[in-house]
Amino acid sequence: MQTGLDFSVIWNNMAHFMIGRYPSGPIGGLMLTLYLALIGLVLSFVGGLVLGLLCVSHNRFIRYPTLAVVNVIRGIPLLMVIFWMYFLLPALIGRPTPENWTIIMALTVFTSAYMSQIVQAGIEGIPRGQTEAALSTGLRPFQAMVHVILPQALRNMIPSFVNQFVSMIKDTSLAFIVGVSELTHVATQVNNRTMVYPTEIFIFIAAVYFIICFAFTTLSRWLEQRLAWRRAI
Amino acid sequence: MIRFEGVHKWFKKLHVLNDVNLHVKQGEVVVLCGPSGSGKSTLIRTVNRLEPIDRGKLIVDGQNLSDPKTDINKLRAEIGFVFQQFNLYPHLSVLKNITLAPIKIRNITRGEAEEQATVLLERVGLAEKRDAYPAQLSGGQQQRVAIARALAMKPKIMLFDEPTSALDPEMIGEVLQVMQGLAHTGMTLIVVTHEMGFAREVADRVVFIDFGVILEEATPEEFFKNPKHERARLFLKEILSPMH
Repeated sequence: MQTGLDFSVIWNNMAHFMIGRYPSGPIGGLMLTLYLALIGLVLSFVGGLVLGLLCVSHNRFIRYPTLAVVNVIRGIPLLMVIFWMYFLLPALIGRPTPENWTIIMALTVFTSAYMSQIVQAGIEGIPRGQTEAALSTGLRPFQAMVHVILPQALRNMIPSFVNQFVSMIKDTSLAFIVGVSELTHVATQVNNRTMVYPTEIFIFIAAVYFIICFAFTTLSRWLEQRLAWRRAI
Repeated sequence: MIRFEGVHKWFKKLHVLNDVNLHVKQGEVVVLCGPSGSGKSTLIRTVNRLEPIDRGKLIVDGQNLSDPKTDINKLRAEIGFVFQQFNLYPHLSVLKNITLAPIKIRNITRGEAEEQATVLLERVGLAEKRDAYPAQLSGGQQQRVAIARALAMKPKIMLFDEPTSALDPEMIGEVLQVMQGLAHTGMTLIVVTHEMGFAREVADRVVFIDFGVILEEATPEEFFKNPKHERARLFLKEILSPMH
């Protein structure tokens, strides 16, 4: 009978946790988790920026529908979005989609909605006088946004963006529901195979998520300080 | 150059501009004054349509501001605007604050724009601050940079909305001197200010406004020596000897 914890199961399956069945099979484990989160981050940054800009549009026929969509997405659980994508995306494009892209699209749609709120708040947080100054020199509204408002707003948004990214890393664990072999899915596989080490395995998995997320939070704090405003003397 | 014809504007129910008729000729320096809340800032902000007007006609540089065919962005490039709160771009250096619009709008090269910005900075006495950021400058310096930024577009008209009201007293002079220099170049200037010394020395005309109505239009000598309207008299008394 087993007494105490035996972490040798972790070392014996380390490669599996980190990269899945790669190179003999597709990449998985932690690498896949990071891959999903990274692609999701880039896409939802773009998505959030576009949605956020539409949300602050002066044209109400653009603003209100966008706000409606954003609020609907924010009002449903991520798991629902994943199921939607799982069944909807193949139907939409008329052929089966790889599970990885199901997850990436779900994360992107979901996180974009949250990002758009950050972008909206960031833009609205810049004093009105900045826009007026830019417009008064003859810049077009779009140029004023790109050259004057966004550079200031984005800098203020960095901490919130990193928070979203950290949430997204954790959210990738829901991918196991559609059989994507990211870190959590690999953990359940190893657990099913070895049978008697669930505690060790899931302590380890939790630690991995924590370390990754903590690292990014720390990075963001450092970045925030580096980019801090040059304050008045 | 600028012609108001029966201009009205409302903020909700507040009638901020009430039948304003005013003609500012090319090269003229007009000082707008009046008590706070009188509508003088709103009036100057209508000239480049930071505030749209609700009724009447406003012609600037031959273009009707209410005409949908008027390209407001193009027109704004010809009108410099200086704000009470400076509104410099805090994320850009002094040089970039000045060169941003010329590069984007006038299609000149970065080199040309920087050369021109350097000349302007010399003119406002801040050549050595070209690489500083706005937060590193004093209020008076920031406002002079803001003037240089507006001048960089080579505007036909310059509008000043209480340019010295946010400044410490010892910095007001340096900004007024730059403005005085501008007036002597023959540029069309409209200045909202409480600096009556500036009005007396530099203005061709003083316009007194209260409750959105132009109550008096006169040369500075006339306005200061012999204000016709009771409210103007009261205002001058308040502003010239506030202790009484």
